[in-house]
Amino acid sequence: MPSLGADMEEGTLIEWSVKPGDRIQRGDIIGVVRSEKADIEVEVYHDGVVDQLLAQPGETLPVGAVLAVIREEGQAPAALVHEAIQPAPPAPAPSAPAPSAPAPMPPATRLRVSPLARRVAQELGVDLGQVQGTGPHGEITKEDVDRAAEALKKAPVEKPAVAPGFRADMRRAIAAAMARSNREIPHYYLETRIDLERALKFLEAENRKRSVSDRLLSVILLIKAVTRALQDVPELNGYWIDDQLQPKEAVHIGFAISLRQGGLVVPAILDAGRKNLDELMQSLRDLITRARAGRLRSSEITDATVTITNLGDLGVETVHGVIYPPQVALIGFGRIIQSPWAENGMLGIRPVVTATLAGDHRATDGHRGAQFLTALNQHLQEPEKL
Amino acid sequence: MSDPEIKNAVFKILRRIAPEANLDQINSEENLREALDIDSFDYLNLMIGLHEELKVEIPESDYRSLGTLGELVRYLAGRLR
Repeated sequence: MPSLGADMEEGTLIEWSVKPGDRIQRGDIIGVVRSEKADIEVEVYHDGVVDQLLAQPGETLPVGAVLAVIREEGQAPAALVHEAIQPAPPAPAPSAPAPSAPAPMPPATRLRVSPLARRVAQELGVDLGQVQGTGPHGEITKEDVDRAAEALKKAPVEKPAVAPGFRADMRRAIAAAMARSNREIPHYYLETRIDLERALKFLEAENRKRSVSDRLLSVILLIKAVTRALQDVPELNGYWIDDQLQPKEAVHIGFAISLRQGGLVVPAILDAGRKNLDELMQSLRDLITRARAGRLRSSEITDATVTITNLGDLGVETVHGVIYPPQVALIGFGRIIQSPWAENGMLGIRPVVTATLAGDHRATDGHRGAQFLTALNQHLQEPEKL
Repeated sequence: MSDPEIKNAVFKILRRIAPEANLDQINSEENLREALDIDSFDYLNLMIGLHEELKVEIPESDYRSLGTLGELVRYLAGRLR
């Protein structure tokens, strides 16, 4: 059972998408696990052959439990095991108070659902528990989901489409992660106002050349500038683990995405530092679409090395965020406003954004944080180089 | 294309973006982003959807004058005439 969040303690296996004997490659999706925050597609990190599936769909297991055995190609099958292997009991917890025990989950009902039907149900907001399956052995098919969606349209509109329990679980997961952050991380905050005139003119000229489906959003320039500034100040890109800073070479930008049903997820744009503006836009579009449809992958949930939160769409000018542990920094952007701006003795009106840095004072100090914000500003003044 | 037909096309796209919203309750002069809690990514998807549905490509420079449903329908009616 992979850990899909700083405070995830257990997860429920929703379905397997492989069977014993299947050949799999690194990056393949082998199943879906439900955490308190979302359904996540579980990837594998090695090539091989599925030997045994130990956990059954509907089973709730602690993080670390062995769900399946994968053997290398050509290796003899392992001795048969009949149930998921529980992880070794953890070492005694440090002095920090343990988070309160989560409320009991509703009993997991084992539904036979085709992966396509499950995806369509998520997209259409159909509760699979209310759908009668007509496929083999009562399996719920896409056609069953389509029929249920049609019936929903005819029925009086009742909101919300998301189970209240799921929302409460997500709220609890966010609460646990943020409480841990405020308990363990000594935050420091810095902010700077950045003139975006050059960046937005560059963006406008770029978008004029593009069809509507290829246009870039201004946040893409901000993300790209953050990756550049992190290359200048790498101490802000990484984790605080075992009482020491562990900087990471690859920049995986966790991007806070609010969900329409409430709550948020922070999946990562993987290898953002290596992506150009078009690739970043494509990645962000893909990530937001999948996050809102509940189709994120495990690596996107676990691998972020730093987080960006952009609340500019909501009219907020300044964001003082909470670092997502074990990361050591969070960058916030507010709304781009038209503001008086003095430069070279002249006063004008410029589009200005306030960028904030929340830093972990165990990992860095304000001096490095200030260097990061200065670098961020400099990169945004040369948008053609982004 | 009549104004009600354009409005229906806009609603068809908005239902994909904000499936939980009750579109019939939107005042035509209300700001769409605020009324439906849609962000810049959703707004771009609305523009892409309109391009696909109505074959109208809206330049980015026109976005700021298209904040309400009424403004959007009137603009599209003008472009489709």
